[in-house]
Amino acid sequence: MISMPRFVALVEVWLKEGLVDAEGKSVKEALNDMGYSVINVRVGKVYRIEIEAESKERAEYLIDEICRRLLANPVKDRYKFSVHEA
Amino acid sequence: MIRVLVLRAPGTNCDKETARALREAGAEVDIIHTNKIINRDVDLFKYHGLVFPGGFSYGDRVRAGAIWAAKLKAKMWKELVDFAEEERPILGICNGFQVLVELGLLPGLSYDVTPSVALAPNISAHFEARWVYLRHESSGKCVFTRGIRKGEILRMPVAHSEGRFVVYKEDILRRLIENDQVVFRYAKPNGNIANGEYPYNPNGSMYDIAGICNEKGNVLGLMPHPERAVYEWQLPEKRSNNIGYADGWYIFKSMVEYIEEEIL
Repeated sequence: MISMPRFVALVEVWLKEGLVDAEGKSVKEALNDMGYSVINVRVGKVYRIEIEAESKERAEYLIDEICRRLLANPVKDRYKFSVHEA
Repeated sequence: MIRVLVLRAPGTNCDKETARALREAGAEVDIIHTNKIINRDVDLFKYHGLVFPGGFSYGDRVRAGAIWAAKLKAKMWKELVDFAEEERPILGICNGFQVLVELGLLPGLSYDVTPSVALAPNISAHFEARWVYLRHESSGKCVFTRGIRKGEILRMPVAHSEGRFVVYKEDILRRLIENDQVVFRYAKPNGNIANGEYPYNPNGSMYDIAGICNEKGNVLGLMPHPERAVYEWQLPEKRSNNIGYADGWYIFKSMVEYIEEEIL
């Protein structure tokens, strides 16, 4: 049996600009309290996904689908990702 | 006998109050874990109505409601759509509303793979736990509010971090209004619409939307908790043993009456 190539995807998911990022706001306030002149903080999520696929193109297609179906709600989130061979 | 299923998931925490409200309204209620339904240990269709209660399903991982919805969509999608198409009532409260939106059962304009609306983080960046005023806006489509006059003001508590109703395109909001799918809007104590003013609109929801139904009116989702406003003694000013009902009661009563009249 020939095993399928493996790929690793790094997916970033961010709340869209204009939506309140409560965690980012708290982090900013804490950093200001600590004396740092921090102007803005946004907190996003990073997923490292290992996946089997016939090709890199196929892996990219699947990761994009995964983003749309689970990791991001396109109404409020934006996402980007990179895929490389494991 | 009217049978209603209150579906549970890890992190659900309003199932018992919800079941009690439905029993008070005359239904026989089972609280059942999602896995039992997914594994077909329990048949969804033995129930006339379905409720997704509030809480923090799957610890709000990925985002509120996302995991619960993904699981159901992968394993139960056809059954859920059939359940809704048969016009059996489906109610989603708070986290349950988030799940219905993530599933696409709400607003139900199309059963697309990606949602067309979302419940985004509150503008205040706070967890909002307070009593709010709601204006009932349905002109009769929503089966859960048949016992409530249009324009009536109701009080219920909210308790959420992600309740800001947003739409993908302006066009979707217009369609919701035209289709009589806007059921509850946040209001001021005098009955005027909150018009985005905090804390009357607790989360910054577009068009002050607190709850919407699908095109047929048999699927309702709302951020406020009607199950926490069933009895008068649950109201903030009532400390006595008053035995009357509070505003949330009418949602459960209407649901049970609808089943009795049109589903049984």
